[in-house]
Amino acid sequence: MLTLKSLQAGYGRLTVLKGISLHVRPGEVVTLIGGNGAGKSTALRAISGLLPPFKGTVEFNGTDLTRLPPERIVSLGLALVPEGRRVFASLSVAANLELGAFHRRDQRQARRDLAAIQERFPLLRERAAQPAGTLSGGEQQILAICRALMARPRLLMLDEPSMGLAPLMVNQVYQILQELKDEGTTLLLIEQNARAALKLADRGYVLETGRIILDGAAAELREDPEVQRAYLGKGYREVWE
Amino acid sequence: MFLQQLLNGLTAGAVYALIALGYTMIYGILGLINFAQGEIYMCGAFVAVLLLGTGQVNFYVAFAGGMAAAALLGVVLERVAFRPLRGAHPLVPLISAIGASIFLQSLALLLFGPLDRSFPIQFSFSTITIAGLPVSSLQGAILGAALGLMALLVIFVRYTRYGKAIVACALDRDTARLMGINVDRMVSLTFFIGSALSGAAGIMMAIYYNATYPRMGLLPGLKAFSAAVLGGVGSIPGAICGGLLLGVAESLGAAYISSGYKDAFAFAILILVLLIRPKGILGGRGD
Repeated sequence: MLTLKSLQAGYGRLTVLKGISLHVRPGEVVTLIGGNGAGKSTALRAISGLLPPFKGTVEFNGTDLTRLPPERIVSLGLALVPEGRRVFASLSVAANLELGAFHRRDQRQARRDLAAIQERFPLLRERAAQPAGTLSGGEQQILAICRALMARPRLLMLDEPSMGLAPLMVNQVYQILQELKDEGTTLLLIEQNARAALKLADRGYVLETGRIILDGAAAELREDPEVQRAYLGKGYREVWE
Repeated sequence: MFLQQLLNGLTAGAVYALIALGYTMIYGILGLINFAQGEIYMCGAFVAVLLLGTGQVNFYVAFAGGMAAAALLGVVLERVAFRPLRGAHPLVPLISAIGASIFLQSLALLLFGPLDRSFPIQFSFSTITIAGLPVSSLQGAILGAALGLMALLVIFVRYTRYGKAIVACALDRDTARLMGINVDRMVSLTFFIGSALSGAAGIMMAIYYNATYPRMGLLPGLKAFSAAVLGGVGSIPGAICGGLLLGVAESLGAAYISSGYKDAFAFAILILVLLIRPKGILGGRGD
């Protein structure tokens, strides 16, 4: 469904992503984990078109996305929940959701989708008229996910959905992602919180300083001693004592 | 006397507010002050006057034509004077705007000559008395039309898809693009709307003062800029409040202090706002 081939990207003369290849199959939940500065967000920005890649290709359902602007890419069915949620703070919750469907031609259906989402998340209906900036961090994350869903994406990409959230909210957000997975939504999830991501995902890739150093089934990665040491915090004591 | 001056101030202020909306909307989405806004105002007035001068069209067609020409000029201006400079240092488009302003003024001077033109049709405006106060129906019409246009704009921005998309671009350009919003198109739309409002303001003042001339946009343009800063540049309600307040302050100042300083009040207010509250009374982008 989504295929990256030796993708290189960065800022100015700085190459952050030094050639990564990965793929996502329909119905799959794939996660890309790695520490700070590994290039995770850069990868998503390059796929979504916000950051034109230096080299390599991004292909989505047979279409080459490499040189397309983000507004075209979202209309092909690839939506991104950006890092740090990025809700439109002074616009109402309802307006945020409506904007998620901005590019769609079937605006009548989009209004029905809006009603369905408000049905599913009563919070978004109760707060519909309230500025999105007045929601709590976790509520904003739920809004950002729903806003992306309003685009009716065929593949949903999430950039650190657990960032800066209280543990209880992290659980709630992952509960929603689990439900989306059960409904068959294809997800590409980027996380520093490897524990939560590997629990949800089918497959995973480990990114370190711009390169993929490891990939495999999520269950295998969870058992990998290197992943455990570096990202899951197990064996921390043994290493240091 | 006080109420009469208040009404005069509101009339002028409503026109300042229309121009200030152009400044504020463009600043909101691009972060630049379009100092050619006054020339767009002048363009609206000239096109309406020239159309009426042909004797072929009625007043409403000429009014719409003037607004449309101003809107088009705004869109073209953005394409040639601002879009190629995106990503440059903020001072660069500012200089480009000043250049565009001088160019358009000189062009109008060349095409239409330096003399004042009177408005081609005479309106038989009456003076009606409301609560013992003589109100010219011309003032009433200008005030009503300006407030009506502002209400339409607020409705557009608050309740329509494209209005919300413009606000989204002003708040967070990258995320707006992720929603499938074409930012360039929204910038064009913003210039279109902001310039149409300035064009309408130009026509109203061409009727009010019965004078259309190439430099007519200079002073109202600068005053409207002060109004936008007073209200908080980037804020739509701020531009409306700022314009009305500035008009009233100017009118009352001229009546009670000295009419010789009429034009100075606007700039005194600008300086005071910049010193005391640079964000303006309702400051903030994208509100």
